[in-house]
Amino acid sequence: MTVEHRLGSVANYVDERTGAAAWMKKNLQKVFPDHWSFLLGEVALYSFIILLLSGTFLTFWFDPSQREVIYEGSYEPLEGLKMSAAYASTLNISFEVRGGLLMRQIHHWAALIFMSAIVAHLLRVFFTGAFRKPREGNWIIGIGLLTLGIVEGFLGYSLPDDLLSGTGIRIAEAIIQAIPVVGSYLAYFAFGGAFPGEAFIPRIYTVHVLLLPGAFLALITAHLMMVWYQKHTQFPGPGRTEKNVVGYPLMPTYMAKAGGFFFIVFGVTAFLAAVASINPIWLYGPYTPGQISAGSQPDWYMGWLDGLVRMAPPLETHAFGHTISWNILIPGLIVPGILFTGMALYPFIESWITGDKREHHLLDRPRNAPNRTALGAMSLTFILVTLINGGNDIIATHFDLSINQIMWGTRFGVFILPPIAFVVTKRLCLSLQRADRELVLHGRETGTLLRLPHGEFVEVHEPISPEKAYLLTSHEQAPPLELPAVDGHGVKRAGALRNKLRSRMSIANAEQVTKVSADDLKEIEHH
Amino acid sequence: MSNEIEAIKDPGLPAHVHRKADTDPVAAKRAERQVAILFAISALGTILLIVSYLFIPDDVFIFIPVMGDQNAHQLGLGLGMAISLFFIGMGAIHWAKTLMPDTEVVAQRHEFRSPDKDRKEFVEAVKSGVDASGLGRRSLIKRSLGAALGLSALSPLLLLRDLGPLPGNELEKTTWKSGTYLVTDPGNRRIKSSDLEVGSVAQVLPEIADPEHRKLSDIAKDAVLLIRLRPQEFNLEPDRLAMTHEGIIAFSKICSHMGCAVALYEQQTKHLLCPCHQSTFDVTRAAKVIFGPSARPLPQLDITVDSEGYLFARKPFSEPVGPSFWERDSQ
Repeated sequence: MTVEHRLGSVANYVDERTGAAAWMKKNLQKVFPDHWSFLLGEVALYSFIILLLSGTFLTFWFDPSQREVIYEGSYEPLEGLKMSAAYASTLNISFEVRGGLLMRQIHHWAALIFMSAIVAHLLRVFFTGAFRKPREGNWIIGIGLLTLGIVEGFLGYSLPDDLLSGTGIRIAEAIIQAIPVVGSYLAYFAFGGAFPGEAFIPRIYTVHVLLLPGAFLALITAHLMMVWYQKHTQFPGPGRTEKNVVGYPLMPTYMAKAGGFFFIVFGVTAFLAAVASINPIWLYGPYTPGQISAGSQPDWYMGWLDGLVRMAPPLETHAFGHTISWNILIPGLIVPGILFTGMALYPFIESWITGDKREHHLLDRPRNAPNRTALGAMSLTFILVTLINGGNDIIATHFDLSINQIMWGTRFGVFILPPIAFVVTKRLCLSLQRADRELVLHGRETGTLLRLPHGEFVEVHEPISPEKAYLLTSHEQAPPLELPAVDGHGVKRAGALRNKLRSRMSIANAEQVTKVSADDLKEIEHH
Repeated sequence: MSNEIEAIKDPGLPAHVHRKADTDPVAAKRAERQVAILFAISALGTILLIVSYLFIPDDVFIFIPVMGDQNAHQLGLGLGMAISLFFIGMGAIHWAKTLMPDTEVVAQRHEFRSPDKDRKEFVEAVKSGVDASGLGRRSLIKRSLGAALGLSALSPLLLLRDLGPLPGNELEKTTWKSGTYLVTDPGNRRIKSSDLEVGSVAQVLPEIADPEHRKLSDIAKDAVLLIRLRPQEFNLEPDRLAMTHEGIIAFSKICSHMGCAVALYEQQTKHLLCPCHQSTFDVTRAAKVIFGPSARPLPQLDITVDSEGYLFARKPFSEPVGPSFWERDSQ
């Protein structure tokens, strides 16, 4: 029997029982647009798979227990020390299990890559406007995945129960404890009594290996099904419209590329794990609440949060026999809450400002949405400033600064720099639009100088291709919303303040350098 | 759309440019060989992994420039795995890029909105379903169902109650009592004031009957830092000065911000710094916060010596140690 023959009989068997052939036929030819930035989400997906594989390996030896044991393994500096079984088994994985350290390092590197890829993917989706109708739901799922990723990563590096991770858990406990009214109760429930107790490693283990991965699987499945069903967005260009999708068919080209890319991501992660040490827990020692190591740092995706907590002013309210720790609540819960809620709601906020309720499948070039791009740059600047403060002790020692200088610099910077970033980015976008306009009108500078008969030198400009001219002018330039204060009957409309705010924002949002029209080009030809 | 100005026309998809391997059989054959070589490199990686696993002992270190001494076993495993995976990917992608079809295909999108007829029929189906169930008319069923569902949600909440005990006033208490001796950590030996030189720091814990089984949750509240200064260096209120002994002052080591161990003492400035969030406390002024996010000084422990010169706590802490909580001021 030939290969085709055998494949045919398997396909026949399945199809007679499921009728899958019709669906498969259609979907194997599904078209995926190609662009390097569309790979960012794929990196996140693949690192998730790497996390599942390497994590499963680690569970075979990891003992999620805070039972006290005496270390008797091969790592001499810790011999005879009292420690939790969790820490001892992590040492065992690192030193006794062959390939165990490699797997630990693959797992940790994959987690860092996972979070980086999620953030990069989020930025791509944000700056190109891919979150617009009909993809708002998928945007929210994405924000959910980002949030879960932060929690999952934090719980993961807390599991080894070393001095560094225990300190992180201590801080998490203090945040829970700071919640008004119920804080100390929640902390006692979470830790099974006083901190640290003996309950939290087994508990966060269950959450880390079962609950959250389950949630991840469900959300990622929904995320991908939506992408599949709604079809991928594409960048604008000749031949690409809101009504079509231009790219390569799933079978075979896209399958080979995506499948190959999985192995590349895995290979790069394994390479990092082979050559770059990460989280060497044996250097930190077992956790005990009375000790700490200098330069305590969370993983990067928690760094901004830590930076916020560090820069918070020392504010506490003591009233009516109760304490409210604003220095913990504001940076630890309130600001992140506002950030993530704002992020989740952004598609709806933007469509409220623009009044645009249509479907969008063509992406924006970031410069053609100056306000959105500026807002993104502003948020990034905010996070960057807080991230810098999260590493203020490390930066201070490396750059010969004092912690106080960095702390005060970021305390002011966190208010001053983001608005500056907004204004600068918006101006930059408008300048780039102007440059596009110049390019379409006058062509490309060739660098060739021409001497005219009367002695004047001019640079020769070469017209750009019709494809490029179309690309630079195909975007929409919608006028601002018109929201008159009075309606058709001369009666004042309800919600005056809201309307005013909306039309103000709409005007700011519609600020553009007018793109070149076909008429402009014709006019130029006549010269 | 909004204005009458005519936009620049879409010239349509650019013409497809064929790759060399599409037209030249020699180039195609070469591409095929390249793909096979990439896959072969991957196989070599797997062999490296197997060899490292079986034959390189795990205590051999080799020097690699930039990276320093590396464990040969780990490095062989990791590089073998990296090569074997990476080159499968490279091969597959090279294959796709050189030999698989690269003609762009255009597919049409369809509006997601269902036709009006379907939408109308859907609404009717829901309506008739609701009507048939009587949910609209039979309000007794609706209300009792709502109440039952709401109540049943209580059961998981109730069953989670045993996650932990109620805090009671445990957060406010430590092991320190009037007369508790200070012992070294580690070591569990009583200490004399003479054990501590001027300018030095020591971590101490309260003396307990069974120091072998000291609980971490006790250390999390009991850890105390002793610092010895010259008595004239203090700038304390008389009642606070009375809590010191011959220049030895004792503070809770648990940060009043988020509970990290306040372990960094700077001898020159006499400042205590918490490495977590950089709250800085001035030892000479009863651990007053001079920088950072903490809103309260570290609680001070009242210490003195017995007739033999051993340090003990005259009184327990007068306020709860560690991070703030809602009920903190209620005592």
